[in-house]
Amino acid sequence: MALLELKNISKIYGELKALDNVSIHVDKGEWVAIMGPSGSGKSTMMNIIGCMDKPTKGEVLLDGEDISKLPSKRLTDIRRDKIGLIFQQFHMVTYLTAVENVMVSQYYHSMPDEEEALEALGRVGLRERAKHLPSQLSGGEQQRVCVARALINHPELILADEPTGNLDEANENIVLDLFRQLHREGTTLIVVTHDPEVADAAQRTIVLEHGKVAREVVNENFVE
Amino acid sequence: MLFRMIRGVLFHQKGKMLLIAITIALGASLATGMLNVVMDVEDKVNKELKNYGANITVKPKDASLLSDIYDVGEGGEALNAAYLREDELGKLKTIFWAFNIVDFTPFLDTQATLPDGDGAEVVGTWFNHHLSLPTGEELDAGVQGMRSWWEITDGRWLNEADEGADSEIMVGALLAERKRWTVGETVKLTGSHGERDMTIVGIYDAGGDEDEQIFATLDAVQALTDREGKVASIEVSALTTPDNDLARRAAKNPAALTSRDYETWYCTAYVSAICYQIQEVITGSVASAVRQVAESEGTVLDKTKLLMILITALSLIGSALGISNLVTASVMERAQEIGLLKAIGAKDRSITGVVMTEILITALVGFAAGYGMGFGFAQLIGRSVFGSAIEMNTKVIPIVAGLIALVTIAGSLPAIRMVLRLKPAEVLHGGH
Repeated sequence: MALLELKNISKIYGELKALDNVSIHVDKGEWVAIMGPSGSGKSTMMNIIGCMDKPTKGEVLLDGEDISKLPSKRLTDIRRDKIGLIFQQFHMVTYLTAVENVMVSQYYHSMPDEEEALEALGRVGLRERAKHLPSQLSGGEQQRVCVARALINHPELILADEPTGNLDEANENIVLDLFRQLHREGTTLIVVTHDPEVADAAQRTIVLEHGKVAREVVNENFVE
Repeated sequence: MLFRMIRGVLFHQKGKMLLIAITIALGASLATGMLNVVMDVEDKVNKELKNYGANITVKPKDASLLSDIYDVGEGGEALNAAYLREDELGKLKTIFWAFNIVDFTPFLDTQATLPDGDGAEVVGTWFNHHLSLPTGEELDAGVQGMRSWWEITDGRWLNEADEGADSEIMVGALLAERKRWTVGETVKLTGSHGERDMTIVGIYDAGGDEDEQIFATLDAVQALTDREGKVASIEVSALTTPDNDLARRAAKNPAALTSRDYETWYCTAYVSAICYQIQEVITGSVASAVRQVAESEGTVLDKTKLLMILITALSLIGSALGISNLVTASVMERAQEIGLLKAIGAKDRSITGVVMTEILITALVGFAAGYGMGFGFAQLIGRSVFGSAIEMNTKVIPIVAGLIALVTIAGSLPAIRMVLRLKPAEVLHGGH
């Protein structure tokens, strides 16, 4: 059953077609990688799927609801309730500790619960680093805090934009292991990447070129 | 969580928040200082202007009429058939606006004959006359306070407390020069009812007609002219409120006012209300405002107030611009953080609330510091301009607090607009 469906989506900036009549679908519990070179429309697609932008044309169905024409207030609600976001540059609140960065997500979702936030940090192996500020954490640790922040509200979809782009190999493996764990638990994952190794970890890869779907590749060697 | 976030921002951006607080403190200090001065300036300027002489003259009703008809000036002794009573002068300090009567002095003048046969106008008055009022108040009244601009070119002021003061005189500079009189010299003055040897104790330069006159004690002139206990006129220096329409209507005819207007007028220190009350206590008198002085006072006061209010407004506008720049810079610096909060589900109003709470807390600190600085600022103005402390008016606190809140909110509007327009996609990973 499809959690996400993009039907004939286009995003046009003046003369530039960032996305040109793109249609994809992602099933519930599926792990999909979106690949493509710079300027292929990956980030535009992520913004649209993440309810941070609207398409110029086409429909975006999330859990059966067309979100392509919803007002921004409603999109904020959907983003808060259904989507967990992970960014390449981590984006942590610099003056809050690791646990407080996780709690911020709870605060805007429902109620901050420090114990639950500590558990989420424990899940990414950072419980003992909970009281550290972002500046006191390594890049890999910061990204793991961001994973904890993304999963704290139990979203239906985790959307990651180049999650390993700024990480060394060891930390990349840690993050991919976390994704595998989330996938086993039934979380839907969409990972935007230009790294073939990260894409190979997914069940399916959608390749974008010049704003269009160039091909879709099912990973025959996918390991749970 | 909200507290942790606000605390975090305040400490993380302490440099910028300190600058915002300083900007607000400067605006608040100027506003506090100026508004306190504006509220106290009426008394201060009035007191300053009192140095330039009387603003009310009191004459006997009949003399006033004759004086108006025949335009006779001082020395119209023959026409001054009516007099005021010296023993009623203390009543001036019993009227409703007694505390506004700063000084007063009686006058009784006569044309005396000098030893060389020439005539000279001799003015009897109080110099520093000590009064013990029935109310228990003690005060010194007289020309020494009312003619503070007189320059004593030789000798000293006549002191009524000295023994033999009734045989002493002060002489105008022009008359003394013409007659070649010097301090210590004795001059025989012949009045309508006797003669008396008078010693010159001081020569003054008044810069006007008084430089041709001789000033003696009231008792001395009363004795020379056989008018014991009589006074020809009184000059009063009073602190007054600038006239408005009500005061002008009342000055024409108080009886024509409604009872409510009458009460308002009577209980306000308009010069006409004080004149009216003086007439009530001094038998057979007509008190009238020296219009030029009274109107100048009002004009100076209004202009001083307007100037200070303009300075306050300009300082607050300056603060608003400063706040606007600093808050906008702060929001721009935090664009990614704000974009992130929006991305994880924060609504515009939540983020606006956080930003405004931070700014208002900073504003509160700035206001508290600014109020303290303003207190000192007001005292500095009071001491340097008026030579006395400015009374701190509690009404200023809510006014300045309200103005600062308004200025802070107005100054934050461009930044809030930026927060509302900020799109998470644009600051977190580019548009496309």
